Amino acid sequence: MSRKLAPWQALASLLALVSVAAALVLALRWAPTERTMGDVQRIFYFHVPSAWVAFLCFFLVFAGSVGTLVGGRRGWDILALSAAEVGVLFCTIVLVTGPIWARPAWGIWWTWDARLTSTLMLWLTYVAYLLLRHYAADARRRATLAAVVGILGFLDVPIVYFSIRWWRTQHPQPVIMGGKGSGLAPDMALTFLVCLVAVTLLGAALLLQRIRLEYLRDEAYAADLATSDLEADRT
Amino acid sequence: MSLFLRQARAVFLKDVRSEARGWDSLLIMTVFALLVLVVFNFAFEPGGDTRAAVAPGVLWAAFVFAGILGLERSFAQEREEECLLGLLVSPLDRGALFLGKWAASFLFMFAMELLILPVFVVFFNAPVGGWLLGLVGVAALGTAGFCAAGTVLAAVAGQTVARHLLLPIVLLPLIVPVLIAAVEATALLLAAGMGSDGGAAVGLGGWLRLLTAFAIVYLVLGLLLFGRAIGE
Repeated sequence: MSRKLAPWQALASLLALVSVAAALVLALRWAPTERTMGDVQRIFYFHVPSAWVAFLCFFLVFAGSVGTLVGGRRGWDILALSAAEVGVLFCTIVLVTGPIWARPAWGIWWTWDARLTSTLMLWLTYVAYLLLRHYAADARRRATLAAVVGILGFLDVPIVYFSIRWWRTQHPQPVIMGGKGSGLAPDMALTFLVCLVAVTLLGAALLLQRIRLEYLRDEAYAADLATSDLEADRT
Repeated sequence: MSLFLRQARAVFLKDVRSEARGWDSLLIMTVFALLVLVVFNFAFEPGGDTRAAVAPGVLWAAFVFAGILGLERSFAQEREEECLLGLLVSPLDRGALFLGKWAASFLFMFAMELLILPVFVVFFNAPVGGWLLGLVGVAALGTAGFCAAGTVLAAVAGQTVARHLLLPIVLLPLIVPVLIAAVEATALLLAAGMGSDGGAAVGLGGWLRLLTAFAIVYLVLGLLLFGRAIGE
């Protein structure tokens, strides 16, 4: 399987490299400087696409978890664990770049508004998923246990989001984001689009790499078993 | 009664009888919840204003942390005597097993909450009134959902090497809606009880609906997934 994935991984990596390079040039040099926030606004070009990629990955964790419980094939479990790792990575990027942007732009590192709190909860849910995988000693049970948590976690996402939103309407905070309908200048819109594509391709490349790595591990382990004389080597 | 419900009842009674031999779970949960209330009271300034504002949150923090202990014990006990293996080998419907364990966890956690409420009223100088009955209702709804999610996840976490540490880590993000809704509902009831909003707990319905929805969703998910979680 790892051999079948190799050309796809190479292609994805190449596309990611090219598009991220283009995105960096556009976002950091070409795009016009924002009037009120200045250069720090450029973080937005990577902050928002990272959020989108994280959400996509978490959906893939759900798909992989369902596939694991329904079919039981290893491929689904590999998808789930790989997507969880890549998703947590991009979610971390969101949670780190956000405050870096917010502090100079609006004067605060953090606020407990609906969007930030929900993103934090999402991050915590999938970090817990990864921790569960890490501490599940029995490899045969690991996939099933993780799948259960993967399903519960994903289905909880809308409930968590709505409950946090209702909570925030009870205790309104000052609006910082200035509303989404502010509209982007055409140059900025183009830059954003390129960055969106670039970060998505980067996510895809990382995901494929992680999936292929897991298949390689499986193959190495199987090869090791086949050549080993002692059954006792199996842990 | 259908076979399914009879099986669930059998599991429920087993857990209750087991608990009744020493009341360990209830004792530990109640003492721990009490300690949480005390610790939080040290954490906040002993002024009157802050107390009323933080009271609902402190109460539910105590319930949630103590509840986690109870959930862990419920499965620790199964592991000790190879009991879980026996349950799995029997032709017991996995959903019935879940329901029975859920009902027992709910009972013990709810009992703990009823014991803690008078202590809460004393520590926070809360008024005694009809609002407390509303609070009991909110506690029941919140506990139902919490135990539903908790029963499945305790089974999952129980199969890992870091079981005591992993259950809170996996459970707490998932039950945030319960926490939010329960705290908000408690705050509204408390304000109504203190007469500071004219006795009308506006917005309570929404939070109660959220608690109910969560409980239903997680009971259904639990019935579906519990079998896979414990080892099918």
